[in-house]
Amino acid sequence: MKQEFKIISEFIEKNTRVLDVGCGDGTLMEFLQNNKEIDIRGIEISKENSQKCVSKGLTVIEGDAEKDLTQFPDSSFDFVILSQTLQAFLNPEIVIQELLRVGKKAIVTVPNFGFWKVRLHLLAKGTMPITKNLPDEWYNTPNLHMCTIKDFYKFCNERGIKLDKALALHNEKTSTINEVNLNIKNLSAELGIFLLEK
Amino acid sequence: MNKNINIKNLIIDKPLKLDCGQTINNFPLAYETYGSLNEKKDNAILVFHALTGDQFVSGINPITKKDGWWSYAVGSGKAIDTDKYFVICANVIGGCLGSFGPSNTNSGTNKIYGTTFPVITINDMVNAQYNLLEFLKIEKLFAVMGGSMGGMQVLQFVSNFPDKAKIAIPIACTSSHSAQNIAFNELGRQSIMADSNWLNGDYANQNKNPDKGLSVARMAAHITYLSKNGLQEKFGRKLQERDDLKFSFDADFQIESYLRHQGSVFVDRFDANSYLYITRAMDYFDLTKEYNGNLSQAFETTKTKFLIISFTSDWLYPTSENKEIVIALNAIGADVAFVEIESDKGHDSFLLDVPEFLNTLKNYINNSYLKN
Repeated sequence: MKQEFKIISEFIEKNTRVLDVGCGDGTLMEFLQNNKEIDIRGIEISKENSQKCVSKGLTVIEGDAEKDLTQFPDSSFDFVILSQTLQAFLNPEIVIQELLRVGKKAIVTVPNFGFWKVRLHLLAKGTMPITKNLPDEWYNTPNLHMCTIKDFYKFCNERGIKLDKALALHNEKTSTINEVNLNIKNLSAELGIFLLEK
Repeated sequence: MNKNINIKNLIIDKPLKLDCGQTINNFPLAYETYGSLNEKKDNAILVFHALTGDQFVSGINPITKKDGWWSYAVGSGKAIDTDKYFVICANVIGGCLGSFGPSNTNSGTNKIYGTTFPVITINDMVNAQYNLLEFLKIEKLFAVMGGSMGGMQVLQFVSNFPDKAKIAIPIACTSSHSAQNIAFNELGRQSIMADSNWLNGDYANQNKNPDKGLSVARMAAHITYLSKNGLQEKFGRKLQERDDLKFSFDADFQIESYLRHQGSVFVDRFDANSYLYITRAMDYFDLTKEYNGNLSQAFETTKTKFLIISFTSDWLYPTSENKEIVIALNAIGADVAFVEIESDKGHDSFLLDVPEFLNTLKNYINNSYLKN
């Protein structure tokens, strides 16, 4: 998902403080650090990944974003990133609230469960969809709360969360999501990328 | 105690005002260095030792003839690579390996200090060691690091000298000694004081030594450095060189024999009064209180980059206490990384061969140095 990283990078302004929530092995953090003059931190739940990040010299704390974001003061970051992780939380709604408390803006990317291949898989095979973006079986997937681009779009609207940017990503190509094309993008995109503001 | 074999000493002529109110002058600080300081003088690492450690971090300790206390981590090609970095470690004041401590002779009375030595604190230890930087002409350290009491010194150092280290790595420590920590230290102290050879701390002047008391103190403390699982796995109920219980109070079990051994080798290398003084310094350590209950303030002005490390099976300085430091640093937007390493070796994990710990440490140090 190099394209995803590029878009995230474009959203982020120079000389800002950035927090990558669920930063994995630090690939995105490194990418951003190399491409932007920013002060970037990460939080990661897996021991193995946290150690990988710290080994790279990245400022990452091992912790659970659902509990440990509370230690960051309000608006202590300019941007908080949540890359393809929202669906893995027990309570995504609280996590989004926390992101928007800790960060002035939040960048959230969502694997789209409404993508036509996903729909087709369920329709034709009748089993839980497995795709490039959703590689796990139903019994071992870390994803607890899958949603579609439309779901997330509505979620933000209903809560008065401003979507500064909403992009659909498919085959490395991006396009803007709006009220009018929402249903189409919800079918054609693999990933939704959103820039949120309170 | 062993007399000065290969012990480097710096005589500190600058008066040092101790927290207890007394001022000490012209006192020795024993230290050791490994590797060499580069031209830019940007590769110096100050390592702080723990309760019973000393300046001999790596190589063979000339006193005990055993490996230095942090040989797994420090040395050529190791996590703290002495081919790249200039590693400095000093014996803390109050200690017994050449630095000013209770086993020194009071020039005024010509008697060994014993318990007439002033009570010292972690802050005093750190301030004394700060003189080494001036002596070695190091403007800024690349890193300060240490485990346990060494970690406490790291925290105190950055708090006292916010711009003197690029990175700081406090390991398996706390910002404030807990009731349980104090309780175990008190157990050790009382064990020493209960030895009839302690003589109110005057044993050295009377050619006695409270070996039994010191040995029991060490045995009790040693248990706190290990984990229940670690002990169970290593010793279980295995018997010591016998096929069956002897119905006596000999060391039937291997764990008993092991602890007795730990106690008996300890008394050969450590001064009982130093044990009292250093444990006291740890008990008095409360950086949070020093900053009126707000630990964050201790680090408010620092640009130092922190890595905090704890171990899953460390119940003496548990992850929760290490995390408090992380939280305090995050509250002020400081640069802090944190990992909890999986290990069943208890508090002692930082001293032992724990590959995940050593690899993380090594790579973090090397990558942070490159980002100079």
